[in-house]
Amino acid sequence: MNAMGKIVMPELETTAIAARGLGRHYGSHRAVDGLDFTLDAGTTLALIGHNGAGKTTLMKLILGLIRPTVGHLKVLGVEPAKASLEHRKQIGFLPENVAFHDELTGTQTLRYYAKLKQAPLQQCDDLLERVGLSFAAGRRVKTYSKGMRQRLGLAQALLGEPRLLLLDEPTTGLDPASRAEFFQIMHELSDRGATVIISSHILTELEAKTDLVAIMNTGHLAAFGPLDMLRREADLPVRITVATPHGIGKVLPPLEDLVQRSVAAEDGHSLQLFVHVEDKLAALARLTSLGDAVADLDIARPGLDEIYRHFSPEAAKRAGDAA
Amino acid sequence: MNAILTIAGKEISDGMRNRWVLGATLLLAGLAFALTFLGSAPTGELGVKPLAVVVVSLASLTIFLMPLIALLISYDAIVGEVERGCMLLLLTYPVTRRQIMLGKFIGHVAILAIATVIGYGGAGVALAFGDNGDAQSWQAFATLIASSILLGAAFVALATWISASVRERGTAAGISIGLWLGFVLIYDVALMGLLVASKGWISDQVFPWLLLANPADIYRLLNLTAFENVRKFSGMAGLSEQAHFAPASLVVALLVWIAVPLVLANRTFARKES
Repeated sequence: MNAMGKIVMPELETTAIAARGLGRHYGSHRAVDGLDFTLDAGTTLALIGHNGAGKTTLMKLILGLIRPTVGHLKVLGVEPAKASLEHRKQIGFLPENVAFHDELTGTQTLRYYAKLKQAPLQQCDDLLERVGLSFAAGRRVKTYSKGMRQRLGLAQALLGEPRLLLLDEPTTGLDPASRAEFFQIMHELSDRGATVIISSHILTELEAKTDLVAIMNTGHLAAFGPLDMLRREADLPVRITVATPHGIGKVLPPLEDLVQRSVAAEDGHSLQLFVHVEDKLAALARLTSLGDAVADLDIARPGLDEIYRHFSPEAAKRAGDAA
Repeated sequence: MNAILTIAGKEISDGMRNRWVLGATLLLAGLAFALTFLGSAPTGELGVKPLAVVVVSLASLTIFLMPLIALLISYDAIVGEVERGCMLLLLTYPVTRRQIMLGKFIGHVAILAIATVIGYGGAGVALAFGDNGDAQSWQAFATLIASSILLGAAFVALATWISASVRERGTAAGISIGLWLGFVLIYDVALMGLLVASKGWISDQVFPWLLLANPADIYRLLNLTAFENVRKFSGMAGLSEQAHFAPASLVVALLVWIAVPLVLANRTFARKES
């Protein structure tokens, strides 16, 4: 029993996770390397990275399942690998590809985990209701669809009102409606002061629903901050699509000095202009002054995927390989 | 402690659900009843055999069956959970690895205990209606039931250790079958061959200790030599003069065969990366 663990320093309360030079090396392979970040309590973080970028390794480090080989990590004020069992009650985890015993019903499964977590058993019915599984509570888990298992996994992670919630690729394989419900629950938790980390290999899947975004690339933290900040840092051009019924010749020359790059459609009736964010308004002013040379225009900010690829060349390369 | 009981309870109810308990009980009961009532049919003799004879036959069969059932129940205790993906989640719960391992061990031994007590005990109750059996034979029968559970527990502990050591279920299954063949079939034959080949090199001093190196042999010694009227039927009179261990020390030897693999399983499991 660690008596010191009960005294919580006030300043630690505001920090959920602090990593300093955190790394986990397997021989020469650096699964996670040199991570420095601080996550305040009550924030939601999206952890993005290609397969093998180190997302799951980082989660295991935070959960205390593996020890860091270099650097320091504090989770809710303690080192997770040395933490007491009491500490684990404050953490909820939904693993990637969650598995349950097929022969148990949803209720039986949840009650088993509630007993292990010493959470009140009355919570089980409420949680099944909350994740929308009440209708199948008495059915065996082997009859559940992938989405239903995922919901049961979420219910399990919510047992005992955790202060820190780790969800490893929770939205993979969910339909858009279920995904929206997932984020709804995530926000409710965050409003109550819980810290939520949610990982994915696709940034768009998380639909910018979190306070912060961390992009991991081959074990390193390529970017960390609010999405708008990453957008600014990436400094990607704005794309303006212009409908040019009289050809591109009347549109392109007047904007030459503002446009970084342009792509014209083969028939010449449409033109894509890439301009720097700061030149956007100037470009629009000129376009609207061109009269009937411009029939329509559409402005697109850099998408989440483009930002992600900017910070994660590895992911861009893989997307290229796949194509 | 609570976590151990929760996990043990889960293992027992799993055992009920997937019919392990039912299957093992029916198998043991079937054998016990067959040996009790039908055993002498081929010789044209029908009817209940003396209790001491039943103990000898049951003990000889238990040596083959109990380790096999125990290994089959427990070989995937840990590696199975790891492979299914349940272990990762379980380890993030406020439960220690030792609690997980002990919970599974206790649950599996409880399954074997239920099957043995109902299966053999049922035959015992049926026997009690006949008028055979003196007090000593009944004592031998009770020892048979208790030591069968201990024998099962030793192999559950061994299987748990195997399960904590390997990376794949298939490997655990293979090693378990090998272990069963080794302890139950090959060991005695090899020992006998060694005795013959050595022409007295292996002295009477060493031989009894070699028997203690095999839990199945400890069980055999305990059941076939501890009681005078069982010894009569067992054909172990010569052996019991050489291997003169007190029943209590044989029980301790079985307990060591339970404790040591459990400690090793605990160490292996504690070091395993998740």
